[in-house]
Amino acid sequence: MVATSFTPIASLLGGALIGLSAVLLMWATGRIAGISGIAARLFPPYEDGVFAGRLAFVAGLVAAPVLVRLATGSLPAQSIAAGTPLLIVAGLLTGFGSVWGYGCTSGHGVCGLSRLSVRSLVATIIFMTTGVATVFLMRHWS
Amino acid sequence: MTILVQFAIGLLFGLGLIVSGMSNPAKVLNFLDLGAIPAGTWDPSLAFVMAGAVAATFVGFRHVLKLAHPFFADRFYVPTRSDIDPKIIVGPAIFGIGWGLAGFCPGPALTALGFGSTSAVIFVVAMCAGMVLPRFVAQLPSSTRIATSIDPLET
Repeated sequence: MVATSFTPIASLLGGALIGLSAVLLMWATGRIAGISGIAARLFPPYEDGVFAGRLAFVAGLVAAPVLVRLATGSLPAQSIAAGTPLLIVAGLLTGFGSVWGYGCTSGHGVCGLSRLSVRSLVATIIFMTTGVATVFLMRHWS
Repeated sequence: MTILVQFAIGLLFGLGLIVSGMSNPAKVLNFLDLGAIPAGTWDPSLAFVMAGAVAATFVGFRHVLKLAHPFFADRFYVPTRSDIDPKIIVGPAIFGIGWGLAGFCPGPALTALGFGSTSAVIFVVAMCAGMVLPRFVAQLPSSTRIATSIDPLET
């Protein structure tokens, strides 16, 4: 594992930016900033005719590091330990589970908890628990 | 105009992921690694990301949802379900396992594409395949379905 340092101020500030973005999306389009829902709806069938806006939102997500690199000349560290087979399995499970479970960390964890949704609270507790259990098994089970 | 605004909002979300450290899978995994607490290598940062995001959204939603309608739309599309169906338990359980295996959830994975990471491309392609899969599962005869809803993607 790669050690990371505790960054309470940057994380709180970055979290506030994520929250501000969720609020702005609700203000502008009336929709939840759930990234799994936004990404999954980029694939057919298209039912509500707001494809372009979702694509623009995802393009903004992808453009963020490009902007940071242009503005500061560098990017913060990004360390991905998983190899290709693990990335594929993890990606499939993450994609399937987020759509099957009606949302991910952003839709349930940020927007849902902020709306005091019981469903989102249940979902958040469950994915935190299985996430913790998975990392525990990967790193401490021998 | 709406599209430009949505691009800017996505950009802001991505900047939030980068500033907060969420775009680094190692940081996410080090948060989920409660087994590292005794060794002193546990990184509690992600709790601060959640705290900042939920606080800002909680305050902001209270104001925005009082408006007659969104700026570019005729109504708010806020989920209304409150029942606990099997999918709201099984789905997040599966999602959490995937999250714990690589340290990526959908937002940071998409943002990681802009880092120029090949690993992110592999993960995102697999994630998209996983996202489309429930649509085929939903095509099965109703006796084998776990549950159905009007919008299977509704939070």
